[in-house]
Amino acid sequence: MIVAQRKDFEQIKAAAADFRKVLVVGCGTCVAVCLTGGEKEAGILAAQLDLASQIQGEDKSFAVACVERQCDLEFLDELAETVLDYDALLSLACGAGIQLLAERYPRVPVLAGVDTTFIGINRDVGLWEERCRACRACVLTTTGGICPVSLCPKGMLNGPCGGTRQGKCETDPERDCAWSLIYERLAGLDRLENLSAIVAPRDHGARSQPGRQVHPAYLRRYSAHE
Amino acid sequence: MAERYDPKVLALICTYCTYTAADMAGSMRLQYPPGVRVVKLLCTGKVDVLYLLEAFRAGADAVMVSGCEIGDCHFLEGNLRAKERVAHAKELIAEAGLDPGRVEMFHIGASDAPKWAEAVRQMTRRAQELGPNPLGRQKAQSLAAEARP
Ligand code: SF4
Ligand code: SF4
Repeated sequence: MIVAQRKDFEQIKAAAADFRKVLVVGCGTCVAVCLTGGEKEAGILAAQLDLASQIQGEDKSFAVACVERQCDLEFLDELAETVLDYDALLSLACGAGIQLLAERYPRVPVLAGVDTTFIGINRDVGLWEERCRACRACVLTTTGGICPVSLCPKGMLNGPCGGTRQGKCETDPERDCAWSLIYERLAGLDRLENLSAIVAPRDHGARSQPGRQVHPAYLRRYSAHE
Repeated sequence: MAERYDPKVLALICTYCTYTAADMAGSMRLQYPPGVRVVKLLCTGKVDVLYLLEAFRAGADAVMVSGCEIGDCHFLEGNLRAKERVAHAKELIAEAGLDPGRVEMFHIGASDAPKWAEAVRQMTRRAQELGPNPLGRQKAQSLAAEARP
């Protein structure tokens, strides 16, 4: 899932300073699971902003709305009647959701309430870890299901650099070396021969375009428009 | 003449321990400040950060959450969760500009009526020292303004 963290309160307050009526818009999917931008977090942020503005004697109002997924137009339609009553929308969705909200309602300024941090896993209550950089050339089949692109700071693809020491990474003694983890995993699976295959250098040019993907069943529909 | 200030303290307390202690404090005729408003919850694990923020929005001068002693929660760890949430709420209200001391977690066993009375005194004293919640005063002023013909 996509993981995000709430921006600093002062930063959010400053961004909202110019607006009198603000709608805090949560998203019920990834950011709700990482306890950053779901309905509850939207309620908490609106309450905090309201407290802060009342303490300063300002005449402002902060309301809350939450849609199932902000990155999906069909769920944004339900806000159509509401948004026009507000001077700004403060979105707590990931960067993709914030952008679609702004695209769907271009007449209302959209403010970002979170920083999108990574694609990750839920390790424990309140704890998330990065696991994928969306590199578009997944090597997990050969690396025993451990991603060197996100776990190795140098993104080494064909084994460790010279800095690996007793399973730890040279950049940080607290951090596991991704390639040691991969080696151990493959040894346990008796598949160390995976490591003899050479992974070709990445085509970073492919990343210079924003990703676009069409499901095979819809190819005709979209190619007709092009 | 200075306006008289009797702090309004909201107490969110669990039915199994602290409420029993508060009940016993009554039977024992223990004296404590009358400005405390008790809301009985099945367990302090029900306390949500949003409840705490809403209490201040509604004008509470201080909020106390009180559950069972650590290790004694009827639901095993509801009081531990409440403790984490109160700590989080302290940060949130501080960001908004309120003193974090306005909200506090207590652990009071069912037989500890004197501890309950002392906790209420402590929170009331603290609310006295910190002065009225600025929102409470504004709310009162706006209500007064509305009431004026
Ligand atoms: S190799 Fe790593 S970054 Fe690339 S797609 Fe696979 S998991 Fe994601
Ligand atoms: S020590 Fe391991 S994780 Fe660290 S940079 Fe080298 S290969 Fe990558």
